[in-house]
Amino acid sequence: MAEPLSRRRFLETALFTGATSLVSSRLVLASAATDARFVFVLLRGALDGLSAVPPVGDPEYAALRGQIALARTGADAALPLDGTFGLHPALTFLHSSYQAKQLAVIHAVATPYRERSHFDGQDVLEGGGLHPHDSSSGWLNRAIAALPARAAETGVALGANIPLAMRGPAEVASWSATQIDSLDEETLARLTDLYARDPMLSRRLADALESDAIATESGATQRDGGRRGNFAARYTATARAAANFLRRDDGPRIAMFDTTGWDTHANEGGAQGQLALRLRGLDASMAALRESLGPVWSRTVVLIATEFGRTAAINGTRGTDHGTGAAAFLLGGAVAGGSVIADWPGLSRQNLHDGRDLKPTCDLRAIVKGVLHDHLAVPAQALDTAVYPGSHAIRARPGLVASV
Amino acid sequence: MTATQNILSAAIAANRFGLGARPGELATIEAHPQAWLSMQLKGRPPVLSDPALKPSSHTLRQVLDLRREMVEARRDRKQGDGSEKAVGAALKLRDIYAPVYADEVHARFSHAVATDRPFLERLTQFWTNHFAVSVDKIAVLGLAGAMEREAIRPNVLGKFTDLLIAAEQHPAMILYLDNQASIGPHSRAAGFLGRRGGSERKAGINENLAREILELHTLGVDGGYSQADVTTFAQAISGWSIGGEPQGRRVARLAADGGKPGEFHFREAFHEPGAKQLLGRSYRDGGLRQGVDILEDLALRPQTARHVCGKLARHFVADDPPPALVERLSRAWLDSHGALSKVYEALIESPEAWSAPSAKFKTPADYLYSTHRALGLSVSDGRRALQPFETLGQRSLMPGSPAGWPDTSADWDGSSALLKRIAWADDLGQRVGTARNARELAPQILGAMLNPETATAIARAESGAQALTLLLASPEFMRR
Repeated sequence: MAEPLSRRRFLETALFTGATSLVSSRLVLASAATDARFVFVLLRGALDGLSAVPPVGDPEYAALRGQIALARTGADAALPLDGTFGLHPALTFLHSSYQAKQLAVIHAVATPYRERSHFDGQDVLEGGGLHPHDSSSGWLNRAIAALPARAAETGVALGANIPLAMRGPAEVASWSATQIDSLDEETLARLTDLYARDPMLSRRLADALESDAIATESGATQRDGGRRGNFAARYTATARAAANFLRRDDGPRIAMFDTTGWDTHANEGGAQGQLALRLRGLDASMAALRESLGPVWSRTVVLIATEFGRTAAINGTRGTDHGTGAAAFLLGGAVAGGSVIADWPGLSRQNLHDGRDLKPTCDLRAIVKGVLHDHLAVPAQALDTAVYPGSHAIRARPGLVASV
Repeated sequence: MTATQNILSAAIAANRFGLGARPGELATIEAHPQAWLSMQLKGRPPVLSDPALKPSSHTLRQVLDLRREMVEARRDRKQGDGSEKAVGAALKLRDIYAPVYADEVHARFSHAVATDRPFLERLTQFWTNHFAVSVDKIAVLGLAGAMEREAIRPNVLGKFTDLLIAAEQHPAMILYLDNQASIGPHSRAAGFLGRRGGSERKAGINENLAREILELHTLGVDGGYSQADVTTFAQAISGWSIGGEPQGRRVARLAADGGKPGEFHFREAFHEPGAKQLLGRSYRDGGLRQGVDILEDLALRPQTARHVCGKLARHFVADDPPPALVERLSRAWLDSHGALSKVYEALIESPEAWSAPSAKFKTPADYLYSTHRALGLSVSDGRRALQPFETLGQRSLMPGSPAGWPDTSADWDGSSALLKRIAWADDLGQRVGTARNARELAPQILGAMLNPETATAIARAESGAQALTLLLASPEFMRR
């Protein structure tokens, strides 16, 4: 009997000689395709923007926030951004990026959604419509589909399944750590034959094998960080896997992953505590992404966004309830950063949305459209009609991306 | 029904409505597939009899004791001593909860594999997911399994109203959605804290539980409620808490009605007094009764029937369920005042539910149950029972949000998820495949759903291990 084909060899054969019908070379890019990289990090559960980016200079802030308010000075003080805003003290990498003009903070920002359901809020944020369930595909996938030049698979979702923002007409890969060292090659080949009459499974299997080959190359295999790791370990492992895809010359240009645990209704904490722990994890993962991307970081924009904000005031259980205006971040070597982008409505009661939430004064779509247009060269026409249907009135915000 | 139809229906009954066929089972179902399902709805739901399982109040009492220790440790630390004690106490919470969680998962996994009423078990787990409490919140790690046994199982064949009240009043739900310390702004406790001023904390309501009851458990997000309804409802259920020492010793003294430690307890002192207006109805001030009255009304609103029946139809029939089916189920709900067995009967009498081919992609849990049933595998002991769920990406009782696990193909059929499933099946095939005859097994568990191509591939496999892997990874075994 012939020596069994090693798994790696099997893949190489499939990828580069086309000897089997298993895998086409879909990841190989057309030469004219964009060299820019984009990462979307979705924070599910509604990040408390007033703690992540505390308006320490707003006269109402401290009283509204009570025990969880962050101080302007002292040991656990917010990291200073400008006269009004600081960053949560756990966000040290983000703060140094701000100083290096590689972080722009967007505040009092929101999607068109004005109710307070996480699930509908995420649906609008990811689907890109005006209402929940407007669309069964996501804005990021439609943006990929509208890229002027692209390979068949320009996007990758870091996770076992593909989130709504990445679902749609463009083929997108998904990847998460799988222990498949012992997977029998011959069985895999027979299974590929067996799936031939099932287009969905057939495509999924081919994609999985291709993605696995990329994510685990150069010895950078990430064990599933979620197994027993803390938030930092989990998010960092994901960010490094994303970087493995993005730093390839012939790999995907756009990656997405999501994180959970931001729904801080009770005992949210201030400089220390539950939220601080998660923010520290997020911060560490972004530092890891920068490190793993190496020189590619200079061509990268990361968008960090959440479905909505939280109430301006602390609630009865030392946390915050679902709100409206939120904070978002643009991070990366290609960001024209070093500023807080906010038409700040203030926190006095008459200025709060419904008398309870930070009033949104910026449409998140304007920010995303600005980045997609200036960074990825998505045509304006496509942004208005396909990426965010019917969004002509929401102008793409210029000046978010550094001109090289 | 013709005999051929019955053969197909038997496979559907066992795999779509049940948790996967066991060898020999299809032959007995074939005679009357529909009756096989409706028989499972007769008689009291089974009780999990594992002696390791303890009531949630027992587990919670241990936690209350631990919290007392922590408070003492904190006091000692202020006096310059005892920091080690504080750390020790914090670690012990996980020590108490982790083995309880493992025992609960082991018990429900074992039951799903062994039960003769798999349709009932699928319904049970549907409701557990509908009233999801996710164990990524450490406060419910040791309680989520008990909630299924105490609140869900006894009510799964009863009235939705009773199921709803039992779920919302279970300590796991109260803790998961933060209601235990929700204090009405005009309650006695609030007045007391206001007079003291400052150092302890401001009293206030937490609207988390109220919002999710309306959005997820009853009306649905399009059910026509407003933010004002959420706030009012939160006030109506302020005081729905857990017995034992509440947070803050002074409040505890005020609320001398400490209740039974670790059990649901209505804290009158936390409750926002007064009549409430909600969704066009008025509810008089009645303490605990007020919140119960509201739940009883919510349970029988048409929006609730439509929302929940839509989820049921999606779970059993298709990702986009036929509107006529949802309508029929809702009608059964409203006509019977929420008698759940009537709704289930309407489901199994609906032709849409019996159509082939299989439209539902199995969740990892479905996949694990059906594999274990097909092969007669026993569930690994202790923490090892958790492992396959973790490997396949659906940790037991940990959907990560109060919305529960999603229930459409796109949520589970990602390429990486598929590869994990195949890798797991391959590993299993290599471990147990040589001792099995996959060729004989395939028609026994898939029946009329088995495709000739799959049967051929299995027959031509080069080893028993490979044959079993091909069966478990086949397109028809991936779906139900």
